[in-house]
Amino acid sequence: MTDLYLAQRTMRRMRKQAMDRGVIAILDVGSSKIACLVLRFDGPSRFAESDGIGSLAGQSRFRVIGAATTRSRGVAFGEIETMQETERAIRTAVQAAQKMANVRVDHVIASFAGARPRSYGLDGRVPLDDTVVSEQEVARVLAACDVPDYGVEREVLHAQPVNFAIDHRSGLGDPRGQMGNELAADMHMLTIDRDAVQNLAYCIKRCDLELAGLASSAYVSGMSALVEDEQELGGACIDLGGGASGLSIFIKKHMIYADSVRIGGDHVTQDISKGLQVPLALAERIKTFYGGVVATGMDDREMIEIGGDTGDWHHDRRTVSRAELIGIMRPRVEEIFEEVRLRLDAAGFDHLPAQQIVLTGGASQIPGLDGLASKILGQQVRLGRPLRVQGLPQAATGPAFAGAVGLCLFAAHPQDEWWDFDIPADRYPARSLKRVLSWVRENW
Amino acid sequence: MRQVTPPPVRPRDPAPSRVAYRMHRLWLTPMFRKMLRVGLPFLICFAATLWFLQSEQRRAAIVATYEDTRRAIEQRPEFMVNLMSVEGASPDLAGDIHTLVPVDFPISSFDMDLPAIRALIETLDPVAAAHLHIRPGGVLQVRIEERQAIVVWRSPTGLLSLDETGHPIHTLTLRTDRADLPLIAGDGADDAVPEALALIAAAEPLADRMRGLRRKGARRWDIALDRGQLIQLPETDPVPVLERLIALDKAQDMLARDITHIDLRNPRRPTLRLAGTAVEAMRRIKSIEAGEPQE
Repeated sequence: MTDLYLAQRTMRRMRKQAMDRGVIAILDVGSSKIACLVLRFDGPSRFAESDGIGSLAGQSRFRVIGAATTRSRGVAFGEIETMQETERAIRTAVQAAQKMANVRVDHVIASFAGARPRSYGLDGRVPLDDTVVSEQEVARVLAACDVPDYGVEREVLHAQPVNFAIDHRSGLGDPRGQMGNELAADMHMLTIDRDAVQNLAYCIKRCDLELAGLASSAYVSGMSALVEDEQELGGACIDLGGGASGLSIFIKKHMIYADSVRIGGDHVTQDISKGLQVPLALAERIKTFYGGVVATGMDDREMIEIGGDTGDWHHDRRTVSRAELIGIMRPRVEEIFEEVRLRLDAAGFDHLPAQQIVLTGGASQIPGLDGLASKILGQQVRLGRPLRVQGLPQAATGPAFAGAVGLCLFAAHPQDEWWDFDIPADRYPARSLKRVLSWVRENW
Repeated sequence: MRQVTPPPVRPRDPAPSRVAYRMHRLWLTPMFRKMLRVGLPFLICFAATLWFLQSEQRRAAIVATYEDTRRAIEQRPEFMVNLMSVEGASPDLAGDIHTLVPVDFPISSFDMDLPAIRALIETLDPVAAAHLHIRPGGVLQVRIEERQAIVVWRSPTGLLSLDETGHPIHTLTLRTDRADLPLIAGDGADDAVPEALALIAAAEPLADRMRGLRRKGARRWDIALDRGQLIQLPETDPVPVLERLIALDKAQDMLARDITHIDLRNPRRPTLRLAGTAVEAMRRIKSIEAGEPQE
């Protein structure tokens, strides 16, 4: 636990440093593209946050001053598989964004989709020493959560307290200062493969950047694509990416579940490429221009010339009807949704008060996707685009940038995590000076 | 029939090499940019100047040019002083000043050390104060406040005229050169000139008889009158004593009598010394009064 604390605390400290310096980069490492945005923070908010949330949902604090996207290389299923290639791609994106921002960035917050996220719900309860809940008590109850054995090859990515209860009053957002006899906490913990994180950290380090934070792309997509009442009442965000589709469930403005399906838009392209025997680049183009998931009678008559330049006349004059194309794409998209459905069912999504499903990510731009999704996932499906943030170029406002934009919000308004609270005194090593200090602070 | 245009050739998106990436980041570092934009030109200028000044010859040339320019400006007619005019001094003193001041005109006003010249002029005895300034037109104007001779002092070394503070002004060869001035004599008389002046003023009724004042033992005054009469005054407060004597003289015409010394050194016990014949005459009168037989 201490290692994790240290690593995450180091990152949090980096983030604070970056905020003080005013410039931070965010890096969305995806399977089809790598996006880098450079944010400038204008210090403390110009608008008093007396009503809880500042203007523009508190986003007026930062501004995007540099944005760059590059074709992803060496990333599959949201995980790094060729480190040198990925490092070069990150370098390209970071350099272009720096050039646009005309400022040097040293700190970067990264997100990625893969690495097999797994969610755990933890709970802990402690009796309160003195009846008032202090920050130390919160730290104690979080430390008292019994952590499951998630395996040695895993690492905790997020550990967020989602609910507090004092005695029999549950659903408290912030228990500090309240009175009671027993404090209980529910925590959502997300673990991922350690190797994937280490690879990403190594790539970023090779680019002379400091890693100032890590986030799951499913989580940050949900932050940007779900509107406030969807986050409050219960909603799922499905980020249909290139190599993996992330899925996150929110309620009461907290993420309570995240998972990822290792199928994405690239697989659809591969299917088209294999089915029509065309190169991948052409298949991608056919998909983006004529792709769809719901065939109509009109589509039988609409022929697409898929061509080729082999020199074989018959091969180069091939045509395919749009219905056939849809026939290739639809099973794969259905498969993705079936997988997502399984995950949602396993997470108990149908017990939430509202069951809004938001599709975002690059692959959500397939025409008719929401119709197909509502058949598989439920009636309340909509297509989501990320929130608008200040200074974001028009080219980066599409659903494919939900993760990147969400990461901006994550950088500006990080959710309190387990490691943001002080380690309770009894968790320090026995002969630590910090333990003495902490004990003194608590008892006087 | 829908055409699929072949996928466009993607714009080249090559990854920057590590070196290029690092150079770009370095270039974006504000400190580095500032150093390059301000520090480097400054350094180059500094180095160039150093290199230029390394040669002895060039340094000498620079110094010479500077000196020449400076000289040329100083020698402009606007700054030249052509003559000296002395005001407020007697012709003799003016001649002395002209010979004393070691300046050969014309000279640049930058080269003249006015305080030194002033100090030099003020070493002359008759000069109480000198005010120098350079008037437009290249004239060095010397305004002199001359000392006024008040008394003549017969000093052990010779005759001197003194001003009211006792400062010597001129050496005199003859007392008659300044017969209009009262005479004082004796060692240390020049230190007590104010007291002497007060005495002379008080002795105004005796002016036609007074020969002079003599300082005795550098502590008190004697007033010498004609007919060898001597008034010996006390050390302290001689003026009221003298006034008392004058009053006595007015009342009893005392000084007209045959008295050689009037000793007032102790004011409470004035003593007279009669001349020899007067003493005899007095004795005779006494004896007559006593009825002694006359021879």
